[in-house]
Amino acid sequence: MESDLITVRDLRVAFAADAGLAKVLDGVSCAIRPGEIRGLVGESGCGKTTLARAILGILPRNSARIEGGQVLFGGRDLLKVPEAALAREVRGREIAYIPQDPSTAFNPVFTIGTQIADLMHWKSPLLRDPNFKGNARARRAADLARVVEWLRLVQLPNPEALLRKYPHEVSGGQRQRLMIAMALLPEPKLVIADEPTTALDVTVQAQILKLLKGLARERNVAVLFTTHDLGAAYEICDRITVMYAGQEVEEAPVAEFFNRPSHPYTRKLLDSLPSAETGLRGIPGEIPRLIDPPPGCRFNPRCDRATEICQQRPAPELASPGHSVRCHHRLTEFAA
Amino acid sequence: MSAPILEVENLRKYFPVRNLWKRRVGWLRALDDVSFTVQPGEILGIVGESGCGKSTLGKTLMGIHTATQGRILFQDQDIAPLKPHQSRKFRQHLQYCYQDPGASLDPRWTIRASLHEPLIVHTDLDEAAREERVREILAAVGLPLTHLDLYPHEISGGQQRRVGLARILTLKPSVVILDEPTSGLDVSVQATILKLFLSLQQQFGLTYLFVSHDLSVVRLICDRVAVMYLGRIVEIGETAQVFATPRHPYTQSLLAAIPKIGGARVTDTFALEGEPPSPTNLPSGCRFRTRCPRAQALCAEQDPALRADWPNQAAACHFAE
Repeated sequence: MESDLITVRDLRVAFAADAGLAKVLDGVSCAIRPGEIRGLVGESGCGKTTLARAILGILPRNSARIEGGQVLFGGRDLLKVPEAALAREVRGREIAYIPQDPSTAFNPVFTIGTQIADLMHWKSPLLRDPNFKGNARARRAADLARVVEWLRLVQLPNPEALLRKYPHEVSGGQRQRLMIAMALLPEPKLVIADEPTTALDVTVQAQILKLLKGLARERNVAVLFTTHDLGAAYEICDRITVMYAGQEVEEAPVAEFFNRPSHPYTRKLLDSLPSAETGLRGIPGEIPRLIDPPPGCRFNPRCDRATEICQQRPAPELASPGHSVRCHHRLTEFAA
Repeated sequence: MSAPILEVENLRKYFPVRNLWKRRVGWLRALDDVSFTVQPGEILGIVGESGCGKSTLGKTLMGIHTATQGRILFQDQDIAPLKPHQSRKFRQHLQYCYQDPGASLDPRWTIRASLHEPLIVHTDLDEAAREERVREILAAVGLPLTHLDLYPHEISGGQQRRVGLARILTLKPSVVILDEPTSGLDVSVQATILKLFLSLQQQFGLTYLFVSHDLSVVRLICDRVAVMYLGRIVEIGETAQVFATPRHPYTQSLLAAIPKIGGARVTDTFALEGEPPSPTNLPSGCRFRTRCPRAQALCAEQDPALRADWPNQAAACHFAE
């Protein structure tokens, strides 16, 4: 078994709110292997974006508090790495980020070329390359050639002209392609894509998913893909982790996830997808308030299988090889 | 077939495009010769990608935008050219529901005040009669009467949404335009809201215009569906038929782009290239030809009209079979 690229262990994050401390991540653990495309799915407020941001070290400093846990990456705990070193060595270089809304991620007053040049100034892989012998000017020329090549790879027409344009002059789909190129240019090992297709139309979404999947596979880059759209997760992921109200509840390979869900929440989530066979089925009740969440498994107030024991958080167990679930009353038995 | 409740004929809405000096440099054709009819009691879905004009259509029907050209026949009266005060008595039968109807509540008003307001504006009912109507509607959307004295911030977002819906229904409209009513909702909540829409439709005999970009929802709840592309209806027909045998190449691509869990992966099969052109600078002839896999010389010369060549289904394409 190959070793994991990144391991999140028992991560706890709380946010200070007016009414108290919201426990947004409650002991989340997950591990991503090199080159794996991992889906992180769940409904709004389940903590998927907070997890993504905690890995990157970009939680809002004035309100978020890390209360425990580890994020192990490249032999060190990212939560303990000083901010300056994190910015210099990890963020944008080893771990890149693709934001949800590409239109607000660019600075509107600089050209796209200026912004990519700025990125390359700090994060160019040539800066790390001991075999590269040229001076700064030679490096810039080599970088420019690479940028143009990458813009072709993400299928943007006429890259040289595009670099002179301002962000508002290109369409939303093209901006998201640029974001993908910029995330991958520094040759990261892990890309965190936070709802990258939510702001896009379905036909463009299909194109972007195809592109992201193809490039990640080709370069063996791991992707953490957060989404609330199970269809999009089905499209590109190898494995899927489900979160509910700040806890991870199930993790499974994609086929297993959709065919044999084991956690009652996953089952209900899949059932509420609109389809001709099942009609319209929601999940009764509401997502708990994270300021005073229910004890134990946070799904227990809405779960029809819940009993006394659900007041304690279940440990992860295997429902089948590679399929782990945290539930006292799981739906499938272990089939060895 | 009974008489249509709403008839739209060659509706156009052009927005002027102005340069820095406010001179008009062109037109954005948000709606271009849109025609369709709506039968009483049916749910007509209007789908398309962003910028296709589906929201403009809803707003123009409501009189929020004035139509550039064309007719909107509602109860045998053309309401398109009417001045706001003339159309008031029609507009109360035609209601518009924003994406989040809860957000349109005044934070400083109690729920009761918000629900009474439309009745004060549009009817001459006395207070007791209004209160009775308000209570009836509140029960219909599934909220307890104790909520009447609360303020919007004291109830949850889902309940605010229900109050917003109640507010729309107090005037007993016959047609409700739902603009993206489920976008931004999680799937588990979406199902509950859709069920509420369906039960309200039954209870009050409503006709819905369901504007949405979510095809899987449209498929489930709409009787008929109209697919729009760049200001024009490219295909319209019975939902089951359009989804089973889409005739227009755009409808085909749109349906092919939806991820199907358990099926073939769209990322392996999807073929449509490019993005919609800008609506200020439309291609000649058929608007879809720049992306269409079947485009030929004829498509650049002639703009195809909607052909009703199939039972209960029409498409605007020269080569649709």
